[in-house]
Amino acid sequence: MTEFLLVIALVVGLGWPLGRYLAAVMRGAPMRGDRVFGSIEKPIYRLLGTDPACGMSWRGYTKAFVLSNVLLGAFVWVLFMAQAWLPLNPDAIPNMRWDLALHTMVSFLTNTNQQHYSGQAQLSYLSQMVGIVGLQVVTPMMGLAMVVATLRALFGGREEMRQPGVAVVHGQFTSSHVGEGVDRDVGNYFADVIRPTFRFMLPLCLVWSLLLTAQGVPSTLAAGPTVTPVDASAELEQQKIPLGPVAPMVAAKQLGSNGGGWYGPNSSVALENPTPFSNLLETLAILLIPVSIAFMVGPLTRRRKLTALVFGTMLAMSLASTGLSLWSEAYSTTATDAALMEGKEVRLGVEASALWSGLTTQVNNGSVNSMHDSLAPLTGMVAMTNMLINAIWGGVGCGLSQFLVYLLLSVFLAGLMTGRTPELFGRKVEAPEVRLLALLVLLQPLVILGFSAITLAIPAITGNSNPAFHGISQVFYEYTSAYANNGSGFEGLGDATYWWNLSCAAVLALGRFPSLIVPLAVAGLMARKRVAPEGPGTLRVESATFALTMIAVIVILTVLQFMPALTLGPVADHLSLIAQ
Amino acid sequence: MTEATFKSETRANHPALMDAAAFRKASIQSFTKLAPRHLLRSPVMAVVMAGTLLSALIALFGRGSAAFAWTVTLILLLTVLFANFAEAVAEARGRGQAASLRNARRDLIARKLENDGEHPLPASQLHPGDLVIVSEGELIPADGEIERGIATINESAVTGESAPVLREAGTDRSGVIGGTKVLSDEIVVRVTAEPGHSFLDRMIALVEGANRQKTPNEIALTLLLAAMALTFLIVVATLPALAAFVGVQVDPLLLVALLVCLIPTTIGGLLPAIGIAGMNRALSANVLAKSGKAVEVAGDVDVLLLDKTGTITFGDRQATAFHPLAGIDTALLRDAALLSSLADPTPEGKSIVRLARDLKSAVTEPDHAHYLQFTAQTRMSGVDVDGRVIRKGAGDAIGAHVIALGGQVVPELAARIAQIARSGATPLVVAEGKHILGLVELSDVVKQGVKEKFARLRAMGVRTVMITGDNPLTAAAIAAEAGVDDYIAEARPEDKLARIRTEQAGGRLVAMVGDGTNDAPALAQADVGLAMNSGTQAAKEAGNMVDLDSDPAKLLAVVEVGKQQLITRGALTTFSLANDVSKYFAILPAIFAAAIPQMAVLNVMALSSPRNAVLAALIFNALIIPALIPLALRGVRFKPASAVSLLRRNMLVYGVGGVLLPFVGIKLIDLLLSAVTGA
Repeated sequence: MTEFLLVIALVVGLGWPLGRYLAAVMRGAPMRGDRVFGSIEKPIYRLLGTDPACGMSWRGYTKAFVLSNVLLGAFVWVLFMAQAWLPLNPDAIPNMRWDLALHTMVSFLTNTNQQHYSGQAQLSYLSQMVGIVGLQVVTPMMGLAMVVATLRALFGGREEMRQPGVAVVHGQFTSSHVGEGVDRDVGNYFADVIRPTFRFMLPLCLVWSLLLTAQGVPSTLAAGPTVTPVDASAELEQQKIPLGPVAPMVAAKQLGSNGGGWYGPNSSVALENPTPFSNLLETLAILLIPVSIAFMVGPLTRRRKLTALVFGTMLAMSLASTGLSLWSEAYSTTATDAALMEGKEVRLGVEASALWSGLTTQVNNGSVNSMHDSLAPLTGMVAMTNMLINAIWGGVGCGLSQFLVYLLLSVFLAGLMTGRTPELFGRKVEAPEVRLLALLVLLQPLVILGFSAITLAIPAITGNSNPAFHGISQVFYEYTSAYANNGSGFEGLGDATYWWNLSCAAVLALGRFPSLIVPLAVAGLMARKRVAPEGPGTLRVESATFALTMIAVIVILTVLQFMPALTLGPVADHLSLIAQ
Repeated sequence: MTEATFKSETRANHPALMDAAAFRKASIQSFTKLAPRHLLRSPVMAVVMAGTLLSALIALFGRGSAAFAWTVTLILLLTVLFANFAEAVAEARGRGQAASLRNARRDLIARKLENDGEHPLPASQLHPGDLVIVSEGELIPADGEIERGIATINESAVTGESAPVLREAGTDRSGVIGGTKVLSDEIVVRVTAEPGHSFLDRMIALVEGANRQKTPNEIALTLLLAAMALTFLIVVATLPALAAFVGVQVDPLLLVALLVCLIPTTIGGLLPAIGIAGMNRALSANVLAKSGKAVEVAGDVDVLLLDKTGTITFGDRQATAFHPLAGIDTALLRDAALLSSLADPTPEGKSIVRLARDLKSAVTEPDHAHYLQFTAQTRMSGVDVDGRVIRKGAGDAIGAHVIALGGQVVPELAARIAQIARSGATPLVVAEGKHILGLVELSDVVKQGVKEKFARLRAMGVRTVMITGDNPLTAAAIAAEAGVDDYIAEARPEDKLARIRTEQAGGRLVAMVGDGTNDAPALAQADVGLAMNSGTQAAKEAGNMVDLDSDPAKLLAVVEVGKQQLITRGALTTFSLANDVSKYFAILPAIFAAAIPQMAVLNVMALSSPRNAVLAALIFNALIIPALIPLALRGVRFKPASAVSLLRRNMLVYGVGGVLLPFVGIKLIDLLLSAVTGA
């Protein structure tokens, strides 16, 4: 727990100034560094043919988001399938099969980084550096852009946010707002992606990759050496040590809630995570940007207390969840169970494993420093619950986006209980918004449980290594992780098959796009409404009572739906371990 | 109109839920409402009905115990019937109110006026524009407006109030309702309603809930509940596949039971009843809402606009003091004021006479006096008697009058006028000849209890704005005394409309209380327009609610009903979802207990057997619906408080309570079951 508290203290200390800086970046007002970054950004704007000052409606913004994803996706897919013929492939790695390439592309495009391949063996340096790391840097910024647009819409659009009430013409007796029923300007999508990429994400990645390189993480373009193992008992005469520009990728995967490592076993491999300090750096990096985004909310919306709600609620859930993980992994009756020691991470120790497994699923990062398959069943359950909630911190952008979905649903229920038509920031939440939110609520169990049921019902496609309850956990975890765009795996699944690749690709896309687009659509619909000033009868969301209500709604909405699956998986697993 | 008396009984504040006859009728309706067309209105109950049919099929053709399956079927059917019963009870209460109204709508004979005189005609053949004559002791045959005459009318058939009301042609109180009785005098009424579309007809249709539309919040909530029902359908439908992987065959009957327990049946079953009950509660407060939406919107109101006169004050200003100017004898002023008011029929005039007599004025009514009536042009009244010219009126009018006679206005007058106005009273200046004698102070008396009502509205987040024709000083004083938040002084009718629009442009929801024809635009523009029943037809058409008691402070009751309705829905939804926790603990171990023995640990309630556990959860699930019918009909207790403290209270009672109560309930039912079955 001490390491957790240390991480929290560090991340708050760093996240607070970073959040303010990020708010300035996203606001788009003139700022320091404009000359340097402008010289990089302007040619790109020209190339794209867009004017960063020119705003889009939520529909236009969504179209730009979808279009950019389609184009990037197509490019990367082709890159993976043609890597053998392209340069920067010193280890002569062959082209990827189309389904694995598709899954890998979708997985990285959705900021998930679920890996059904082992990077060191199946991707060339070019694929890793351009396809993988490129997406690892850009996709979190796409998520950020979407949630910033959603926030803008919730406050009535960019103009209204910059100067509240500007859209109202005072003294003119019209029955409604000027602009009521008109789509608002929610920002320029391309500027919202490009600005934070150069001004925020890349500088941070640079700092982290330098620090990691200093700790001994490889950072080279040379091919890996072949060595003779010291331990002769391994019956291995020669071993090829895969190297590459690992440090920059690890920096990007940790910071950008990506999680896809250079090496298959991710940060449990000494080359990706050599020292306790590198472990701390990487753990810190998981939380850093999501926490910065929580701190960005206040300055961006000019409503400081909103940060308190977002950060406070997330922190409360994180403390509870991490505490449970640590207890289950280090102190519960199953913590030292012999059956679980196979595959247990012993280099960094159980606390570091439990902490990482907790944070990486709370943040929807998905990188691992131990194999989740070998966690105590209840630790695994906490990890699954984290991903089902997916907003304890959540991924870059999408975490806050999901948080806003819970916020809207809680406002609906809590608003009724205070005797008023529910409203958020003065705008009413009515049937059209509830319909969209309800669809999103429905989608999660439909996708996760639907695919889990199909996969488990047909043993030929399951391909899991464990029978019984643990087998259910493996499959359920895989789809939960895919839908949450987390990307961590329970491992032990033979998942490089057509079924797994294609079904997961579908789940990945269903987990990413609706959960970013629907909140924006809901906010876009609300932005057009008449805004009511906050009065004494208005429910203020920035209060402890509301935060607790919201946590209750989150638990009821997500945990209740998955209770039977969790009971049959990790709970039964745990109980049968005790019974043995 | 002998039937009139029982009205007031049915409108008592807390009527008994229902009598035996109504109970029988509601029970029968619980079955007729099983029709698919009706069930589909509530997605949640439709799922329960589908589950009932499925479990009946399992009972008929399944391999397991048929007795158990039939028991489950029966409980599920009861769940649907209870939900129907809740709706039927709510409707029955509305119908009770409708029946008493219907007594007033008997076939009346009208005396229709035509060029050649009166013609008797059945009331059902009257059309808008027809003129009818109604004399003392007769019933008014149709809705209309008084064309000629003045009458006292007993409206108890509609309002339940036995005190007669005064209605007069050409005033804002000219509207009459068909079925009410003229107690004195004779009036000519111009019919305004088509037969079958009278006020009473519409009222009856509304309270019977014949064409009830779902309100916006109800639609949104139904969507969310439907999503929850579908979600749990997915959860349950995928469970067999998951269980089969570990070699467990799940009994389909238990799946049906699990599904019904998980979907929000409590709120799903009570939702229609809550909506109907809201309308009924508004009607219990003698407010006729034209739609459920109007009641719901009332709960959201931010600003209330109301006229000062008749609402905040009694409306008739009373003389409370004489203020002679320096050097004038008080008795001179007193007697002059008395003389000028002897023939003044207005309440103000009468009060001056009363005050003067109280102050021992001995002046008797002169024989040859010429009285001047107040007109809007002269803005003064007075008397010419024995060569004395006495005038009283507004300061500037009297000022102009004495200057015209060659007198002058002393500066002291302006100071005195301002002083009186500041205290909230109206100054009336009295002059004799070209000399100004002094002032009469007319005070507007603020009604008792008004301040408390506004404080209550403020506690609910509603701001009150008083509209008055008074000057700003007077308005400010009355506003302070009555405790309103804001006022518009020297207001013209169009100011009301303008103010409503400004408030609305600021995003606020505005309620307006009005009665006059010139209020109609404002009533229509306001989000909630509460028209007085005594008001003109135009006002009643424009508003979306009519207050049968013509009590403008009634809005408070409507706001409370609106809020209560939303709170009741929210609280019961929370309760319904929170219940799921304990139901999981009852049913999940029951489903898996046989195949996975270690699951017994999850049976935290130590329920006696898997079957009893399932039955206990289902019985609790069914019984909670009728148990909460009184709550649904009366509404969750509402006390004005800040939004956060309301939320805290309701989360504690219905959220935390919703988690805990079923643990106790299910355990108790299980104890009973095991005692009965011996298992």
